[in-house]
Amino acid sequence: MAGTNTTDGRTLVRGARVLGGEPRDVLIDGETVAEVGESGGSLTADGARIVEADGRILLPGLVDLHTHLREPGREDSETVLTGTMAAAKGGFTAVHAMANTFPVADTAGVVEQVWRLGRESGYCDVQPVGAVTVGLEGKQLAELGAMHDSAAGVRVFSDDGKCVDDAVIMRRALEYVKAFDGVVAQHAQEPRLTEGAQMNEGTVSAELGLGGWPAVAEESVIARDVLLAAHVGSRVHICHLSTAGSVELVRWAKSKGWNVTAEVTPHHLLLTDELVRSYDPVYKVNPPLRTETDVRALREALADGTIDCVATDHAPHPHEDKDCEWGAAAMGMLGLETALSVLQHTMVEPGLLDWAGLAERMSRRPAAIGRLSGQGRPVAAGEPANLLLLDPDYRGTVNPAGFASRSRNTPYEGRELPGRVTHTWLRGRATLVDGNLA
Amino acid sequence: MDTGMPAAGGGRSTATGRPVLEAPDITRVLTRIAHEIVERAKGADDVVLLGIPTRGVFLARRLAAKLADITGRPVPHGSLDITMYRDDLRLGPARALARTEIPADGVDGRLVVLVDDVLFSGRTIRAALDALGDIGRPRAVQLAVLVDRGHRELPIRADYVGKNLPTSLRETVKVQLTEEDGRDGVLLGSAGAAGERQHSGAEASAEHAEP
Amino acid sequence: MKRHLISAADLTRDDAVLVLDTAEEMARVADRPIKKLPTLRGRTVVNLFFEDSTRTRISFEAAAKRLSADVINFSAKGSSVSKGESLKDTALTLEAMGADAVVIRHHGSGAPHRLATSGWIGGSVVNAGDGTHEHPTQALLDAFTMRRRLAGGEGDLSGRRITIVGDVLHSRVARSNVHLLSTLGAEVTLVAPPTLVPVGVNSWPCEVSYDLDSVIAKSDAVMMLRVQRERMNAAFFPTEREYARRYGLDGQRMARMPEHAVVMHPGPMNRGMEITAEVADSPRCTAVEQVTNGVSIRMAVLYLLLGGAEPAVSGAPSDHPEAARTEESE
Repeated sequence: MAGTNTTDGRTLVRGARVLGGEPRDVLIDGETVAEVGESGGSLTADGARIVEADGRILLPGLVDLHTHLREPGREDSETVLTGTMAAAKGGFTAVHAMANTFPVADTAGVVEQVWRLGRESGYCDVQPVGAVTVGLEGKQLAELGAMHDSAAGVRVFSDDGKCVDDAVIMRRALEYVKAFDGVVAQHAQEPRLTEGAQMNEGTVSAELGLGGWPAVAEESVIARDVLLAAHVGSRVHICHLSTAGSVELVRWAKSKGWNVTAEVTPHHLLLTDELVRSYDPVYKVNPPLRTETDVRALREALADGTIDCVATDHAPHPHEDKDCEWGAAAMGMLGLETALSVLQHTMVEPGLLDWAGLAERMSRRPAAIGRLSGQGRPVAAGEPANLLLLDPDYRGTVNPAGFASRSRNTPYEGRELPGRVTHTWLRGRATLVDGNLA
Repeated sequence: MDTGMPAAGGGRSTATGRPVLEAPDITRVLTRIAHEIVERAKGADDVVLLGIPTRGVFLARRLAAKLADITGRPVPHGSLDITMYRDDLRLGPARALARTEIPADGVDGRLVVLVDDVLFSGRTIRAALDALGDIGRPRAVQLAVLVDRGHRELPIRADYVGKNLPTSLRETVKVQLTEEDGRDGVLLGSAGAAGERQHSGAEASAEHAEP
Repeated sequence: MKRHLISAADLTRDDAVLVLDTAEEMARVADRPIKKLPTLRGRTVVNLFFEDSTRTRISFEAAAKRLSADVINFSAKGSSVSKGESLKDTALTLEAMGADAVVIRHHGSGAPHRLATSGWIGGSVVNAGDGTHEHPTQALLDAFTMRRRLAGGEGDLSGRRITIVGDVLHSRVARSNVHLLSTLGAEVTLVAPPTLVPVGVNSWPCEVSYDLDSVIAKSDAVMMLRVQRERMNAAFFPTEREYARRYGLDGQRMARMPEHAVVMHPGPMNRGMEITAEVADSPRCTAVEQVTNGVSIRMAVLYLLLGGAEPAVSGAPSDHPEAARTEESE
């Protein structure tokens, strides 16, 4: 794939249901949407490439606030190139690359390297996330300003994988990033309460004899951090909310008018800790799969806007890190290539969200939280042509053999999920055509 | 022998077949065997009777009572489970074990008479001899059976036989004893005939197909 | 029984009684001049121990040898390979060597389950204790001991009141016993300080009490769990002395137990902690008996899993005495 500056010239998408509405013809010219008109109407196709959408759904390109691309350091599980290819297959046009690489993305040098690799890949915008503290160790603030001032222009900071558990460090970070409109994305996990934790603490962990990860370990940190953010007048973002209690805390903080945002992963909207009974490490993830009650609360909160957005927490792991016993296995699961299908299944088909609502939560809101100017825009004339076309009637069984990701650790293997992204455009250039990477 | 098998769906002793021994016959042949044992064992002072579960145990008990009547002395008797010595364990699912009960004074230096209901291939007796060898060293071992139906697959013969019953391999021999089946009798039937229990015949033929 | 013995929860009542009945017969072998049966001749049993446990290993080893199986002891502890790789690679090695059964002790909960379901090996898997999950043969030998002491060595444990005292949270023995004893009809009460009871225990088929004195007088058996030294500095209880006072079994407490009631301990005991020397050495304490019974139970399990072409069928154990007799009868 060539660099990001080339375009496909003009493309006419005919009969696409924009945000699930009535069919429209959409003309892409260069990097932007030139026109949106009546289906079969006045838009001419002179010299333009034609895509017959045939009633498929046109959405703004998805934006992920939480992706592990693993490069540098763990290129055996994913690289920026394979990760962005997976993103394009999933309909994403921008991903935030988490900082827990080797070396950690805690300096301007590392974030610029990741940013540059993203530009070279050309499949998807890569916005590096900077570490809050040096080496993710929670002790000393990383050079947040330098990372912001670098070519990568970092605005989101996170020690994801580890919690910034020191209240003073968290307070300082929240305050410091105000200078350049940054945000701290907190991985809420009280470390002492989760020593040796292997799964959600509850009836299933009691039976299986696996170390419990109690909901309170997430909720107590969220409670502290929303209070801190309110106190210092900063904004805070909560990563991968996983419990009903966390939902209540965020709802309460928002009712106070505090600047709190939150994300939920697709897997926490669908899977529960009952799956751990198989002891199959493909279900091992952090935060852990919770209960049916939590799943219901998370879906409702995403529907009513308490939870702002969906983030995949795409976490590739090599085969050997999952082909072992539970205790020795790595935590995390793939997400980019199945996110939209899981959301269609859990939110759209049950009537909790319409397509416009889904676009809000998978594109506009995450772009706004990450302050990505060219992403999450409306499908309208003059806007950047970051788009995806989805066939919502498709029914298929998830087969990781066809994944673009370098890893295969999907919890959905063999599961039937609806919908399939057929086309993705990144600033007017197709990165996915008829389900195949361009 | 297949009575009392819930899987076969039957109650007890509903087997059909031609009776070859009735209750009085069984009593009569056991009495005869008891006298033969006394005669051959010269008074039977060192005889120990070991029945092979399930029905051999009841026969041993009956023989012991008759011997006690004849000699005026109690005759030690018990049971010898051969399951873990069988040569066909791997041809079927693992089997539940039956009780092995050796009389208090043991078998060393004694005349052990093994007692079973039917002598067929001889494999059970081969297993019983192995089992007995792990328990002690008898002076001699003899075998008493209610019915000998032939078709031996090993060089084994009975010392005391209630009835010799020439059979074909397609026929089945069913021994019924009051203690287990509610009545005494020996029935000769044909495998696969109406009312027969298929699995027992199948099990027996499987054993004999692979000696 | 299934092809593997991973969890006591997998055993039906009939399965469990079959194991106990079989163990009764196995126990008789120990009284013979030749304590050996030819039953598993030519079969290979591997003891795969990722955790030190000499007691459990030699118990399984003695059981397998009494059944004439070939025994290979594989101690994987201290291997430099990462734990995950070593379990899979070790499993593939054992498979290549033709192991008919793998007896596995592992520090990680679920490792035996994984071994049995991953497709790495084809033989039977017997869980000899995994992490804080289960230890089914320990529960079986405990039930066997109780059945002998309280129920005449026959049937199940219907209506017996069993109290299990101590570190339930970290105890695989407690988990297996709760499943098995309730399957056998016993009424189980767990007694522990609230810090050592797992969150989620309310779904278990048992009662929970924080007060040993309130249940001890109604118990037919009191099972004392070992309190690991490393729990003592982790704020599960203030001091060793306070634990011993509230949850330890001493002579005075034992005197309040019904006359027929027994004291059990899976060993090794912390004398002075969960049990005083006076109780440990009293005739009511079955700890030594439990060790003896362990061999019989493990013989029974190995026999029932490996003795036939397939394991003894679940739910219809009464078939087999009759099936065993068909050979000469027909």
